[in-house]
Order: sequence, then structure tokens, then C-alpha cells
Amino acid sequence: MAQLSLRGVRKNFKNTEVLRGIDLEIHDRELVVFVGPSGCGKSTLLRLIAGLDTITEGEFILNGKSMLNVPPSKRDIAMVFQSYALYPHMNVYDNMAFGAKLMGLSKDEVQKRIAETAETLQLQALLERKPRELSGGQRQRVAIGRALVRKPAVFLLDEPLSNLDAALRSEVRLEIAKLHNNIGGTMIYVTHDQVEAMTLADRIVVLRDGVIEQVGTPRELYETPANAFVGTFIGSPRMSLLKTTREGNRFGVEGSGSVLLPDAPETGAEVTLGIRPDAMSLAPEGSEEGFEAEFEYAEYLGNDAYVYARLGNGTRVSLQGDTKLSPHRPGDKVRLLVDPAEIHYFDSETGRSFRQ
Amino acid sequence: MSMQSTYDKPGLLGTYGRDGLMQIILIANTVLMLFPIAIMIMSGFKSNIEIFQQPFAIPDFTNVANFVSMATETEFLRYLMNSFVVTGASIFLLLTLGTMAAYAIARYEFWGSSFLLLFFMAGLMVPLKLAIIPLFILFRDMGILNTHWALIAVYTAMGLPSTVFIMTGFIRTLPRELEDAARMDGASEARIMFSVMIPLCRPAMVIAGIYNLVPIWNDFFFPLVFIQNDALKTLPQGMTSFIGEYSTDWGVMFAGLTLAAAPITLVYIILSKQFINGMTAGAVK
Repeated sequence: MAQLSLRGVRKNFKNTEVLRGIDLEIHDRELVVFVGPSGCGKSTLLRLIAGLDTITEGEFILNGKSMLNVPPSKRDIAMVFQSYALYPHMNVYDNMAFGAKLMGLSKDEVQKRIAETAETLQLQALLERKPRELSGGQRQRVAIGRALVRKPAVFLLDEPLSNLDAALRSEVRLEIAKLHNNIGGTMIYVTHDQVEAMTLADRIVVLRDGVIEQVGTPRELYETPANAFVGTFIGSPRMSLLKTTREGNRFGVEGSGSVLLPDAPETGAEVTLGIRPDAMSLAPEGSEEGFEAEFEYAEYLGNDAYVYARLGNGTRVSLQGDTKLSPHRPGDKVRLLVDPAEIHYFDSETGRSFRQ
Repeated sequence: MSMQSTYDKPGLLGTYGRDGLMQIILIANTVLMLFPIAIMIMSGFKSNIEIFQQPFAIPDFTNVANFVSMATETEFLRYLMNSFVVTGASIFLLLTLGTMAAYAIARYEFWGSSFLLLFFMAGLMVPLKLAIIPLFILFRDMGILNTHWALIAVYTAMGLPSTVFIMTGFIRTLPRELEDAARMDGASEARIMFSVMIPLCRPAMVIAGIYNLVPIWNDFFFPLVFIQNDALKTLPQGMTSFIGEYSTDWGVMFAGLTLAAAPITLVYIILSKQFINGMTAGAVK
């Protein structure tokens, strides 16, 4: 059982405000991912929950109890660090036993728990080894094992995959997802990689500059981003943002003409259109529809191809192209068709979505 | 083609010429360094007459009379014991205090921490021997003159700056996440230091230890000033009493010097190995 709530949490380091009022409820057995660009405060927030840093202002409640004056080890929270932080002079067994012994468990209980954990994570053969004798993936498993042995109510994972190579990363990602299903604890996972966030999360918390931009399921975030930042942050290649001026239902881009979007919502005159690559396509030769643009280059990825083009006002847009060889050369004039149903409308000034 | 082959093989002279010169210099240096030590050891097995008649001859190494008389007829063993006590206590104290101070300076943020480090560093620049008279008066008033405490106090103070300097630099390179991990595991600050940090600091402690061990073991000046009681003298000081005003038994003297140098050399060799092990086994990634 673990129910976390953060209320108006602020954190200052000297004169810099790192977190500026975080309100968040995390439910039992949930896997929540904090995602955002570096410096957005996601790791700081995790450290506050862990108790490694103190909260400047606000309240953090775990299972109905305020945690403000509770030391990290008494919070029933375990953490997996980005660098794994295994004790280099202890073997795998001692690494896992260190915390368990300090909890005051009996020797037999410690032994039993480590045996269980080692089995779950397939570490039995490695118990006698020192961390330096392990591969990156094995160290990662030991770090997770060390957290598991303590049987905490909440797991915190701080960018656990960032030190692994690409192939191992997707493998361990899968293991973490499986682990969460099996042990069913509440997990909070920090990453700057939106793919990890999308694949793992029950809910994603998008942070920027110390504030929460949006909280929601991966699908909610992808389909109904609350603002232009979330729109561009989630999804790859990123959503293109087109600054347009609206006249009736025609949306014009400077130097690229305009398009008619009949079912656009109520907006002001200055609208930023958010268009994902799959909502835009190249118009057939000779078409007069869509935005005028200059072809820049195409990326061929095997099962997919992306075309990059530059609009009249200098904005670069990306769109899904044909995997067959593109006949265009850099500098060619092309026309871009947009799918009206897939367009996101953002306020050009505040970035907020008009469809909320 | 010919260009490539010269590139691949720099030629006999190129390979052995430069490296060979280096080897010759190094070997010459080694000979120069080891020569006095060899003479010292060899002279330890010779009688006075032999030393002066054939200083470079290889002695009969089975003749250990000098060593026996050193151990039985003089106060050598007492001096050796005194040196062990003083050096051991000093190294223990300065590693303990130095590591604790360095840990605090490197890890805890408090007002004036960088000033404190500078204050320790200043100790590296102060020639302690200039303070010998005030120190003498201070120790006299404290009543520890003519005791080992006077030496231990001076050596500890003398070694602290370098120890704090070395340890602070090293502790700062250790990942903070290790301490955070230990904190999450429920370790107290003291336990973090003793169970996690100190074992990791061993290579640096060995460096600091070696760095201070040799000067302390060999020091002649401070015992000369602070110690008058013959029973409390350390080796370098005690050895001088073997040099008589009219006659000196050089054979016994050299045997004593050999024995005096032996423990420190041994410790040095053992710790060096540890130190190299420590350097290669960082492995915190």
C-alpha cells in the first residue's frame, strides 16, 4: 500500500528556484514516470520524495503521514541510482544485505530475502562477485535487487537505463515493466527519454522549469497535449509548430499561403498549429492545395521515411514520407497537405491548447 | 612503399637508440641510489679493520657478530621499540584525524569550509622547525617534555596538512550517490564513514601514510630537542650514541643502520603493492 501526495512543493537551492509548486497524487501500485528536459527538476523531485534533500516549502504525505521530518531510511522507500551506486568494496550479496541488516532483520530473514531476490533477478551465480566484475546490465540488476530486498512500499528509479547501451536498454526496460507487474509496488521512474516514458508509464508527469506541464496517461499526452511544450516533447520525430494568422477558418503561414480548416475551435487571431509528422503529407505534383514549402532532405529508416521541409517563414517541419525513393531534390518547391482532424491548436502567446 | 616501411619500422637505431639511452640513464640512477645502501649492508658484516682495508669487498654474510652485539650489547632494541611506538601512534592519529577532517571538508557544506582547508594547507608552508623554541616552552608548560607525547604531537601536527590535502582531494572524487545509497539503506553518518567511505579511501590513506611515514621514522631533530631520557630515545637519535668521541665500532654501527632501515623498507614495499592494487581497483561506475 502506498499513496503519495505532494502539495505545493517548492525547492530552492540558495537563490535558484528548482521546483515551483508541485501538486501531485500518486496512487497505489502505479508506475509514474517523471519526464522532462535536463534541468527541469525531475531528479530533484525524486530526491525530495526519497528524503535525500529537504523540501523548502510544501507538504509530502505518504500513506497519510507527513514525511517532512522523516529520515530517508524510515520512509519505506528504496531508490535505484543513475550510477547504480553499488558499494565497490562489497560483493553482490553484501551489497544487498547492507540495507536489510540495517533494517534490523534477522540473519535468516536477510538470507531468505536475498535468495528470493537473486532468483527473481537471476543473480544467483553472481552473489560472490564484486561490482567491478559485473557487466553494466548485471550491475543494474544488482542495484534493483538491493532495492527489492528491503521490500519497500515505493521504488524510486533515477534514469536507470542511461548508462546502458541501446540494445540492453530496451531489454532492461522490458524487465522493469515485468518486475512492476510481478511485485506490484508503487514505482516512480525518472527519465529524459520520452520513449521510456511512453512504454513504461501508467501515467506520465511532464515537467519543465520546476512546474508540472501535464499529467496523464501516455495516450492522453500524445493525443491531447495541454500545451505546445508537451506536444513537442512527446512523440518522435517531434510535432512541428506552425505560427499562423487566422482569418475566418483560413490559417495562413507567412510566405507559404494558407489552408482551410473548417472545424477549427474558437481561437484568437494568432494560432500555433501543432502537426505531427503523420498528419502531414506531400501534395501530388501540380496540386494547388496546402502550404508552400521548400524541400530540404529526406530520411530513410527502412520501414519509415521522413521528409524535412522549410516553410516560407523559415520554420522547419517534418512529415512522414513515402518509403519509395523521393524524387525531390533539396531546394525543390513542394506543397504540404495537412489532416484537419489531427491538428492541435495552441495559443501563440501562452502555448496553451485551445481544445481542453 | 619505402616511405611506408620506414614508417612501420623506425629502424634499429630508432628503437634501441632512444629507449636504450633511457635504460642506461635509469640503470645508472639505480646504481647510484643503491650503492650507499649496498655499502651499508655489506659493512654491517665486516669488522672495523675490514671496513677500512677493503671497503668494497664482498663480506662473509654468515658472520652476524655485529648484529648480535647490536641487539645484545646496546640499547638498540629499546630504540627500535620507541621508534615503533612514536611512528605508529603518529601515523594512526594523523590518518584518523586527517581523514575525519578531510571527510567533513569534502562532504559537508558549512560556513568557512574552504577557509578551513586553506588553514590546513598553510601548515604545508610553515617550517615547523622555526617554532622549535615556542614548542619547547609549550611542551614544558604542558609537562610532556621528555615524553613520547611531545614527539607524537609534533609529528601528528606536521603530517595533518598533507594528509588532509591528499584525503580531501580523494574523497571529492568519490561519487556522492554512494553516500546517498547508504543513507537510503538506513546507515548513520558514522556508519557511512566507516563502512562505505573509509574502505574506499584506502588507496589515498596508503599514499598519505607512506608520505608521512618515512620522514617521521627518520626524524632526528625533534627527538634531539625534546627527549633527554636515554630510555625514550628513537632510533636515529639513539644511533648517534654509537659514534664515540675517540673510537667508533663502524661494523656494529652499520649493522644497526641496516636493521633500522629494514622495517620501513618492508612496510614501504608491502604498502606500495596495496597502493598499486588500490589504484587499479577504483571501479566505481
